[in-house]
Formats: sequence, structure tokens, C-alpha cells
Amino acid sequence: MKLKKRIPVIDQGDKQGFWGGKFGGNFVPETLKKPIEDLEILFNKLKKDKKFINERDKYFKNWVGSPTRFIKLENLTKHVGGAQIWSKVVSDANGGAHKIYNATVHCLLAKRSGKKVICGDTGAGYAGKMLSMAAKKFGLKCKIFMGAKDIRRQQPNVRAMKKNGAEVIPVYSGSQTLVDAVSECMRYWVANCDKVAMCVGSTVGPAVFVRICGWSTSQISRELKTQLVDEFGSVPKKLKLYNCVGGGSSSFGFWNEFMDYDKKQCEFIGVEAGGPTKSKKHAAPLTYGSKIGILHGAAQYVNQNTDGQIEETESISAGLDYPGISPLHCFLKDTKRARYTAASDEEALNAYKLVTKFEKLRPSLEPSHAFSVAIAESKRFSKDTIVVVNSCGDAYKDRGIIEKRLGKKYV
Amino acid sequence: MSNPISHAFKKAKSENRPALLTYTVAGDSTKKQSLEILKSISKKVDILEIGVPHNTPVADGSQIQTSSYRAIKNGVKINDIFKIVKDFKKFDKNKPVILMGYYNMIFQYGENEFLRKCKISGVNGLIVVDLPWPENKKFASKCKNRSIFFIQLLSPTTTKNRLKKIIKDSHEMIYFISMLSTTGGKLKVSSKEILSNYDKIKKVNSKKNVVIGFGITEKTIKSLKKADGLVVGSAICREITNSIKKRQNPVTNVYNVVNRLKKKIK
Repeated sequence: MKLKKRIPVIDQGDKQGFWGGKFGGNFVPETLKKPIEDLEILFNKLKKDKKFINERDKYFKNWVGSPTRFIKLENLTKHVGGAQIWSKVVSDANGGAHKIYNATVHCLLAKRSGKKVICGDTGAGYAGKMLSMAAKKFGLKCKIFMGAKDIRRQQPNVRAMKKNGAEVIPVYSGSQTLVDAVSECMRYWVANCDKVAMCVGSTVGPAVFVRICGWSTSQISRELKTQLVDEFGSVPKKLKLYNCVGGGSSSFGFWNEFMDYDKKQCEFIGVEAGGPTKSKKHAAPLTYGSKIGILHGAAQYVNQNTDGQIEETESISAGLDYPGISPLHCFLKDTKRARYTAASDEEALNAYKLVTKFEKLRPSLEPSHAFSVAIAESKRFSKDTIVVVNSCGDAYKDRGIIEKRLGKKYV
Repeated sequence: MSNPISHAFKKAKSENRPALLTYTVAGDSTKKQSLEILKSISKKVDILEIGVPHNTPVADGSQIQTSSYRAIKNGVKINDIFKIVKDFKKFDKNKPVILMGYYNMIFQYGENEFLRKCKISGVNGLIVVDLPWPENKKFASKCKNRSIFFIQLLSPTTTKNRLKKIIKDSHEMIYFISMLSTTGGKLKVSSKEILSNYDKIKKVNSKKNVVIGFGITEKTIKSLKKADGLVVGSAICREITNSIKKRQNPVTNVYNVVNRLKKKIK
């Protein structure tokens, strides 16, 4: 299995949508074959269309608020005493997280295809919140599927979705989290694909959704590359990019522009959710060696039992609480372009404490996982190493959990 | 040796009626009870579809999901399902059995091993919901080599061109999804429209046995009588759920539903 240079990773899949011959694909019911093919044709055309790209960039700039900040975490760097720690504050984006990029592009595509309704899944509630914002902006009706457990633990985002006029549909099946929300959303699309567009909230699902999402979030690394050159004159010789990985949309977008660099120069580190220290459950299929299976239309490493039933996950962060992982990350793992590890709930909370103690930055529990590993590893790096952590979401949505686990003063 | 599925269609045709196919989930509500249900309905049914329950089903509505989750919770594993089929075949060896499920279960078991077990236990056909054409070509031909029918699915969204290619690659039985819906949805299109789509399929190749499924209940079954076969699934799963709720016997209640369905298409 080999990563090709000068070809975007999203376009390195084969005709049937498999990366490296085995990740991704389209394991979908017959009913969805046509709508997926239609979407593929539309996306392949538009991603080469200058007018469309201009339109996208216009919304990214004027509405999403691009570029998001790239800042040095001076105090944290001093405290850790190793590499320079920087952050790409993607949570500056309109709505407070990277999910806005994918949501915006999906709404633009839905408009072009003449659909009036868009449906989507959400875990932490950010994908849903952003889709509801974008749908409102572009005059589309919006339906969001969300696990009942996630609805309980991510209330601020649920309120935001409703305020934007979206219908939030609770999903009570299975573990009542993201995995079930995605299933239910796909089922809804199966039954309504003639009139409704679907937005998959991450770089997961049938191949075209993986590609659209990766294409959209790559805005993050486009900005970062410019910012690095502005700051250092060129892309640093020792650059390490840390990002949490749930479905994998923010990390893929954070890395994409640096794909062709040698990994000795630009290293990618993906941090999965290891779950509570005392629990055997986790949401880290790459770190803990899960087997390849099919989930939500795509072949990927996924937590499952020997019979092929998908296993329940456990994580403090709803946004990482997913048993599978993007086919793109499976591909990056097996080609050894990226390195994957996990942080536990407790480690993420400690990192959150540390970051908020030293900096004016409030990363949500998802990027706190990435901060945990970045801080631990930075200690042993030289001072000319540039560590960048994608702070891809804001902790506002987590205030309930943080108050419960760390006390009021951290909210 | 021809496949018992072909015999079942021939027999129904000779009686001038569509074949009746039922779908029940293996292990619902228990391993023992699902076998009892199969045994009790088998004399009224032409082909038995047995669902392999999966916990992230992307095409099933709430009724079948409820049955599937119940079966998984009660501990049913793939090997138990093969055993159910085997035990059933001891009881009625000529009744065709089709397993219906999602690809990950087959993938984890190993395609060849799965088919070997199908053969030993007496499975005659397979429906894999999320392995569409052309991705299923290789697996379908493996099935054919072992005289197991791989049943292709067609939907109202299937384009004309695609329809022809799928039919060409299909074995003797084809499953037509009546409408855009998950299983068990309310029939939201007229039976006239469904049958007109059905005719389009038959026109491409009249020799294939085409069954219609999704949205078929005691209320709607009569209007689709002219099809080669009709599948009832969610209505039966619902009956099991209701029987459990009312503390009645699912075996007799399901039998009664199937009996009424059969009468309506005679």
C-alpha cells in the first residue's frame, strides 16, 4: 500500500472508492446507489469549477471567518520546557468548530442539486449545530439525528440547533450515541433520498462523503501553511501536527496540505479517545488494533466482536465516541504517513486543566485529547521543534461535564 | 440438482398465486422460539427468509431493528443461526431458506467459510443488503458455484441501464424494493406504480422470479398479487413484539398472521 505524491489523498481511491484497495468503498443498499452516483458526478464537476471554488472561498472568508488564528502558547511552552507549542485555533470559526466547513460545502451542493431539505448526524452536536447554521443561511430545511445520550450531555449545542430552526430527532436505538445517529440518518436518507440531501458529519460513510468532507476541512491546513510561512519564512524543518481523531474530519483537514512533505519534516500525530482509564471500552480502533470491518457503508478499522457486531464505545468526548474511523486514516496508518495513539478521559481532562491554566484558550474535550499527547511528547523535543495542536472545538458545549468532573472554577 | 427456491416458485405458479415469503429474525425472541415459529409457519409459506441480526442496520425500519436488537440481546450468534437452519431443515428439508443480512457479518466470518456453513446447514439463497452490484459480483459467483442463489436487489432508484446489467448478472430470483423506504415503512406509493416498475423488470427478462418487498401487510398484499412472490417481514416482527408485550404466544400469533396473509393471495 502506497501513498501517491501530488495527487490529493481524497482522489487516491480506486474506481469503486477504495483507498489502498481495501478501505472505504460503497457498502450501501441498492436504493442509495443512484443518489450517491449523482452526488459523485456533481462533486467531481464542482470541485474543478473555479466559480464554485470562488463561491466556497467567499463563504469561508466572509461567513465562516477564515483564516482562524495561529498562535504561540508561550506560557504552556515555558511550562513544558521543550518544543515550541503552537495552536491553530479552528474553534474561532463561526459556530465554534471545524464542522462548519463540511456543512457549508454540503449546503452549497444541496442547493446546486435542487434539494430543499438536508439531513445530518451529530455526536458532540457541533456537526449538527453547523449544519443547522448553514442550512439556515442557505434557506434549506434541516433535520438532525442525534443519540439520546448525546442530547443529554451536549445540551448547549442542542439548544443552538433548535434556535437555528432545525428539527433535532433523538435516536434511542443501540448505545444512543453517534454510531446510532449515523445509522438512523442513513436510514432516513434511504427513505427520502429523492427529496433530501444528506450530510455525513465526518470523513466517514460511503466514499463520496469521505471525499467531500476531507475536501472541505482541508481549508484548515491551507490556512496553516500560509501562516507557517508568514511566521517562519518557510515550512519549519521539524513540524509536528497533533490532532484528535474520532471520525477524522478535523485531523485530515489539518494535515492534507502537508501530505507530500517527508514525515521526518512534517509528522502527523492522531490522538484517539482511549476512554476512561478503568474501562475496557474505548473509541480508538487504530491504537488498539481493531480489525477491518464495514460500518456505515465503508470498510475501515472498527471496534467489533468476532461475529461482526459493532461494539459500544466509551469516551468523555461525544465527538470522538465512534467505533470506526475514516478510511482516509486507515490508509494513512497503513502507509505509515501518520502515527496514531490514544489519550484517556482523565488525561484529556488534565490537559484541559493545564491549557486553561496557562493560556486564554478553552479547547473542548476532543482537542484536549490531542493536547494531552502533544504536551507529554513536547517535553523531549528540541526547542526548534514546532508543535502545532489543532484546537478544533470550543469547550462551551462541555461545561456541564467539566463542572461535574473538575469543579466550577474550570467552567 | 436444482435449487428448491425454483421449485417453490413453480409450485406457486401452478396454483396461480404469488409465492409467499416471510422474514423473521433468527433468534427472535429466543433461539428456540424462532425455530418454533419457522416450523409453525412453514406449511403456509413458500420461502423462508431468515434475518441475520446486525446492530448497525442501515436499511431496516424500527420493527426489524427491534427484533434484531432483541435477538442479539438474547445471545444469538452466527453459528446459532446455522444451527437453527439445520434443525429446521431436519423438520422440513424441502422448504427453501434464504439468509438475509449485512455484509460485515459475512466478511468477519470469511466468505468461503460462511458459504461452506450455508451449504452444510441447508441455506438455499442469500440476500446481502449492503453489498450492491457491481461490488457483489465476486461473491455472487462464489454463491453460484455452490448452487446458492445470490439474490440481487432492485429499487425504484435503479436506473434503466443498471437494471439491465443487474438482471443479466442475477440468479433466478430478484428482490424488488417497492418504494423508497426502510423495511416496514408505510406503503407510500400506489400498488399500480409498484406493479408498473415490476413490469419493467419482467420485461427485461420474464424468466427471473421477481419478488416484491417493503411495506407489505395484510392490508396491502392483495393488491400486489400478480407478482411472482411477495415478502412480508416487518408485519411479522411487529406481531412478535406485540405478542411479547401482551404476554401472548408469538408462535401462534405469527402463525395466524401468516395464515391470513396466505388466504388473501389465494
